[in-house]
Amino acid sequence: MNDLGVALQVVGLSKRFGVVQALIDVDLAVRAGEVHALVGENGAGKSTLIHILAGALQPDAGRIMLSGHETRFRTAHEALSSGIAAVFQELSLVGTLSVAENILANRQPVNRLNLIRSAELRRRAQQALRVFDVDIDPDRLVERLPVAERQVVEIVKAVSARPCVLLLDEPTSSLTQRETAKLFSLIRQLRQQGVAIVYISHHLPEVLELADRVTVLRDGRHVETRSADQVTENDLIRLMVGRELRDIYGRRGAVRLEGAARLRVEGLSRPGAFENVDLEVRSGEIVGVAGLVGAGRTELGRALFGAEPHTSGHLLIDGEPVQLRTPADAMRAGVAYVSEDRKEQGLYLPHSVRDNLAAPRLERFSTGWGWIRDGMIDDYARRARDRFGVVTPDVHQLVDRLSGGNQQKVLLAAWIGIEPRVLIADEPTRGVDVGARTEIYGHLRDLAANGAAVLLISSDLQEILGMSDRIVVMRSGRIVARFGRDEATEQAIITAALGAADGADAGAPAGIAEEGAP
Amino acid sequence: MTTALPARIARFAELRILLVVVAFAAVMTAYDPQFLSSATINTILLYLFGYAIMACGMTVLLVSGGFDLSVGSVSALAAMVAAMLMKDPSIQLPWPVAMLIGLATGAALGLFNGLIVARLGINPFITTLGTMLLARGLTYIVSGGVGRSGFDPSFCWLGQGLIARVQMPIIVSLALVIVADVLLRKSRFFRQNYYIGGNEQAAWLSGIAVNRIKVLNYGLSGTLAALAGLLFAARLDSAMPNAGEGDELKVITAVIVGGASLAGGKGTVLGAFLGCLLLAMIRPAISFLPIEDHWEKAVVGTILLIAVILDRLGRRA
Repeated sequence: MNDLGVALQVVGLSKRFGVVQALIDVDLAVRAGEVHALVGENGAGKSTLIHILAGALQPDAGRIMLSGHETRFRTAHEALSSGIAAVFQELSLVGTLSVAENILANRQPVNRLNLIRSAELRRRAQQALRVFDVDIDPDRLVERLPVAERQVVEIVKAVSARPCVLLLDEPTSSLTQRETAKLFSLIRQLRQQGVAIVYISHHLPEVLELADRVTVLRDGRHVETRSADQVTENDLIRLMVGRELRDIYGRRGAVRLEGAARLRVEGLSRPGAFENVDLEVRSGEIVGVAGLVGAGRTELGRALFGAEPHTSGHLLIDGEPVQLRTPADAMRAGVAYVSEDRKEQGLYLPHSVRDNLAAPRLERFSTGWGWIRDGMIDDYARRARDRFGVVTPDVHQLVDRLSGGNQQKVLLAAWIGIEPRVLIADEPTRGVDVGARTEIYGHLRDLAANGAAVLLISSDLQEILGMSDRIVVMRSGRIVARFGRDEATEQAIITAALGAADGADAGAPAGIAEEGAP
Repeated sequence: MTTALPARIARFAELRILLVVVAFAAVMTAYDPQFLSSATINTILLYLFGYAIMACGMTVLLVSGGFDLSVGSVSALAAMVAAMLMKDPSIQLPWPVAMLIGLATGAALGLFNGLIVARLGINPFITTLGTMLLARGLTYIVSGGVGRSGFDPSFCWLGQGLIARVQMPIIVSLALVIVADVLLRKSRFFRQNYYIGGNEQAAWLSGIAVNRIKVLNYGLSGTLAALAGLLFAARLDSAMPNAGEGDELKVITAVIVGGASLAGGKGTVLGAFLGCLLLAMIRPAISFLPIEDHWEKAVVGTILLIAVILDRLGRRA
């Protein structure tokens, strides 16, 4: 490590989104010429932190100092011109422009008439690409490139701005081993040149191989910063977990072990999304699906609802084979799906609470001639509002005006309203306050107690542990671990989800394969 | 239903546009009592019947998040096809057959729009702009650029006849507006459009057959445009290749003034009809006032802008 002093310092940074406190009073100091890794569970606040550093989000409180001077970035452009470059998980490239134009976006060489000098543009892009030692034609359109090469272009674009601070959010998630090795050597080169690098990764062996220091975040708080040669993988996992357990999950019901499976999944596959998934959920049972973001959990949930295709495998509901090609098929078979993204894929924001509640069961509110019975919808909506504790005086209130927790209750109420045999709940408490969470857990339990099978997909380990009768863990599209309700621990789940080596041989061979690009 | 009356009135989405229409008529009548004479009302209704018919289909489309620029051209092509089938010496089909083929022409072009938009996911603006030009071009090509006239009197009766002293096109358009309004409000099939326009992804995940409904919406819009064109030809006893030019923008303006939104999810046929009524009153109003006819477009544009600005401000409050 070249100790050149602190390049980037953050003091007391806080940020909240609605009821969720994403960052609480976080301090962080990144030295010039150091690779500083940020690790933590899903939702620990890593992405929020680097989005603030890159000027893409504004903090509610706290200070950011660059080489000792306090700064405030109102836009990503301001951060960039102060020497902070970022590579986020979601790429920032323009597909319809060439590689060269993307790398030099906003910095195109121009002549006296302010026209772009194409030859020079090409030459400079080629030069930038050469540093990374990859064979990508600078004239190709970005949309024609495979995902891994786009990721490379994104990194080259960030690096070519010659930043003094480089922020990398999961940069290897779509890279092959060879490209990862190249990225690492590039990062080491930049470290030599005194660049401060903030590196987010879920891949702990990679973190320990590359980083000089590691900072662990948990629930939006800074837990600890340690020198990378003084921690093991297991130390990091211990620091990442260990949240306070709260008794908000209610009592488990009795599972009818003898009965046949309500939902049975046999060898369900779609290459690139999920592979060879076997799963059973019995009547009265809540099965938790854990895993990192991108492990294929949502794709699996959507496939079980007919919202995404599968290429092989079988689905059985109450022992009957079913073909679910569309959500409408799934609903006929008694499957309900609460989407992880209530605003984009769940609710009708411009419509009223009652219209939202009625959406999945319009047929039951119409006469044989297809006329809607509005009085019936009103009555139903008022009953659902009372039963689910949706706080609104009038069911004609627009759902857009409700709080996140109340919106989530409306979405859950709408789907429980179709009296499903199987409910797939994807992140049912995301962005929801504790009070509403407790109520949502209660409704999931009631549904199971009445005989439904519940599949609970969640990134919140406490929720998975508190709610599930059984737990499966997914990684890279596969189920990699299964636990009974009493065998699961946070540490065991995280270890399986990360694919970290178990117990004794922590600090396993560096750079174990990510499964490679899809 | 137990909802208190004031709350139900407050939810009556067309209230604002209704008040504007009444106020406009009241002010004009105060200025000149002749404004509310049966002659003026007749003029207004005859001016707007075509727009009102097309507005029924356009409202359904806008509610579902769609859009149709081709209605004016489709109305001209459908009328021209029917006129040539009736009049050209080598064909001379009976008028009901020719009229059905004209309606089918509109339906086919509409379904064509719908398939492109729904199946291929191409933007409705671009798609229907293309169809608009295509249909207009075809109208000129098949007609050789000349109009047709001298139709069977029974056909012309559809555009000129009277029932209880009311002109046929007025009866047809008002009946259609009432039927379409009730269907969009009360039938499950049409109600699904509000869900599609409110959140297409969520609608699909709620089991709604989004694509099929979208295709049928465009088919309906094309059919109604054809009907408007046929009634217009019957009324004038003439089908012209340039008929209905610019109608699409007038219809869309009226529907949006009546409370629909290009973002989808809202709007009613009654509101759209009131929008047509308001815009149709401007021309006669100007003739009563000591200003020139040139003012019409500027006034219509101003009303459209006021309507959308009020809508946006109302949503923020």
